[in-house]
Amino acid sequence: MSSARDDILARIREALRLPAAKPHMKSHDHAGSPAKPGRAWLPDAGETPEQRLKVLADNLLKLKAQLIRVTDMPSASAALSDLATSKGWKRLAYHANDDTRTAVATLSCEAWAVDQDFDKQRLEGCDAGLTTCEAIVAQTGSILVSSSDNGGRALSILPHVHVVIARADQVVGDLTDAFALTRKRHGDRLPSMLSFITGPSRTGDIERILVLGAHGPKELVLILVG
Amino acid sequence: MASPRDRFLTDATQATRDAPQRDFLRRALGGYYENRDLQKARYRDWEHARDAAAMAKWNAVNRLDRTLATFAANFERNGGRVHWARDGAEARAIISRICREAGAKAVIKSKCMTTEEIHLNDALEAEGYGVVESDLGEFIQQLRKEPPFHFVFPCMHLKREAISELFTRHLGTAATDSPEELTMIARRHLRQLYVDADVGISGANFLVAETGQVSITENEGNARLTCALPRVHIALAGIEKVVDRLDDLAVLLPMLATAGAGQPMTCYNTLYAGPRQPGEPDGPTAFHVVLLDNKRTALLADPEQRDALHCIRCGACLNVCPIFKNIGGFAYGTTYQGPIGSVLTPHLRGLRSWNHLSGASSLCGACTEACPVRIDLHHHLLRNRRNAARAHANVFDKVFHAAFGWVIARPRLFALGGRAFRASLPMLRRLPVPYLRTWLRTRELPGAPARSFRDQWRDSQP
Repeated sequence: MSSARDDILARIREALRLPAAKPHMKSHDHAGSPAKPGRAWLPDAGETPEQRLKVLADNLLKLKAQLIRVTDMPSASAALSDLATSKGWKRLAYHANDDTRTAVATLSCEAWAVDQDFDKQRLEGCDAGLTTCEAIVAQTGSILVSSSDNGGRALSILPHVHVVIARADQVVGDLTDAFALTRKRHGDRLPSMLSFITGPSRTGDIERILVLGAHGPKELVLILVG
Repeated sequence: MASPRDRFLTDATQATRDAPQRDFLRRALGGYYENRDLQKARYRDWEHARDAAAMAKWNAVNRLDRTLATFAANFERNGGRVHWARDGAEARAIISRICREAGAKAVIKSKCMTTEEIHLNDALEAEGYGVVESDLGEFIQQLRKEPPFHFVFPCMHLKREAISELFTRHLGTAATDSPEELTMIARRHLRQLYVDADVGISGANFLVAETGQVSITENEGNARLTCALPRVHIALAGIEKVVDRLDDLAVLLPMLATAGAGQPMTCYNTLYAGPRQPGEPDGPTAFHVVLLDNKRTALLADPEQRDALHCIRCGACLNVCPIFKNIGGFAYGTTYQGPIGSVLTPHLRGLRSWNHLSGASSLCGACTEACPVRIDLHHHLLRNRRNAARAHANVFDKVFHAAFGWVIARPRLFALGGRAFRASLPMLRRLPVPYLRTWLRTRELPGAPARSFRDQWRDSQP
């Protein structure tokens, strides 16, 4: 008996013996394929770093994410402390690296570093999760986090607030740039999870009315340094 | 049991008569149109972007043997296990075996229409697993024991009062008319279930051949949790979900969000490459992907309609379809509703029993216009009609068309026939011709002109 794999691949090869016409395209009249790669037609992401920051700020505002811009790490740390105090956090979870350690140093609430095989139940009870990120995409207002360098899979989704601490030079134009940056950093061995986070968790399932905090964080705060 | 066609006619008639429900649907979609238009306007050129998206899918689907094999090899290189399923029964058997071998009790699911297609929940529940849908809309539909109404907005037909009553009955919560409070009830209820589940089952929006990643798009964060907390992750994917390169997603992900919900990007777009890796703090220890054929290769074998496999399930064609807006999602009786469902279902379940959906269209082309990957939807409905007529020709049609062809090939006879037809038209209104009577019940039959078109044309020439 042949395997399902071989059967399906054989069916596919048989099916593809007849060629299909290319789609009817706007740009297809003469050349046969689009003149420019797809990214050229997507929303404008800005040419310079300043323009990209402007596009990013606009997007985050529309997405109901909070952007806090600071000049250096001590101010980032102070901004995080203010958040913790004003929102009355009791416990914040973070993954330990140089930036996050500096940021939590002056925190008045408990700061818990999640490590290998942490207690999921305990993480569920945390008010906030603090992570760094791989890149930030101006065009879509997305923050890219990975399971390898930004605290695993649950830290950025399970606590009720997600705070991201990032540097202004991590802001890139579009998703293509973000993929390039990630591959440059990780090479062939990509992290087991890469997640583009675009605003706080949301749903419109009830009468198509927007509600924030469906299952993931109700609030997303980006502290951008530099 | 009534045939799918008879059930469709009954259900569609009933849904169409419910004017308040139709108004409710239209109002619910109002915000979608507004956001979609605002977001589309931000594209430097939406039409060119559609070309790029269509070509990305065309390239992958038209070399599917290679792209799929590449995906499978790279997925396994990342530490995942690939399973192949010829049909729904094989996919159900594979998934239930993985659950059994994992010693699972509780299964949490994120939204996945492919699992609806193969009726996975019933199969797992029959074997004693507790299966919980975690997407808010799917959770509500599961409590109601009802299939999704719309494959992107599963419970858009429900008013908040109905959801509040449902939650009171099943979860014992107090009545509320706030969508926010209702969402929080589900949030609180489901949180512990993610932590306790042994297996998480998701779908896949894209499979990236080049990197062996599974891409999952969602707004709520329930899929993120489903793929983070349980120790085993299973993703069920149709074989057509594959794309060649990671960069293809740079176009497809924003377009899926814009076409589907008028967003710049869906809230969470996540790429999974294998299970938890050494050095990562959490994540499942096993990651399986089940690749499902289930008649997709039959559609692939039809080069005219092969592009229906480009579908990225954004739901845009439903949202603009005058038929969907009037009959709603249930009347279709299919897993995939709306124009794309009417195109796909005859291929997946048989043209003979499902060709009636090819007629559930005004052929206005709004679906084709809305499709971000340029599927030629309304023409495919015509092609299905033609194929059905060829395969199972109706004797009346055959005789009528043969006679008509014979008459119009003879100009004098045709002129005579035309005169007779014009003279007898007023009588037709009163004659009990079955097809005509149904047609005329809701339509005015215009009067016949005194003279034929050919006569009028001749006189108008200088």
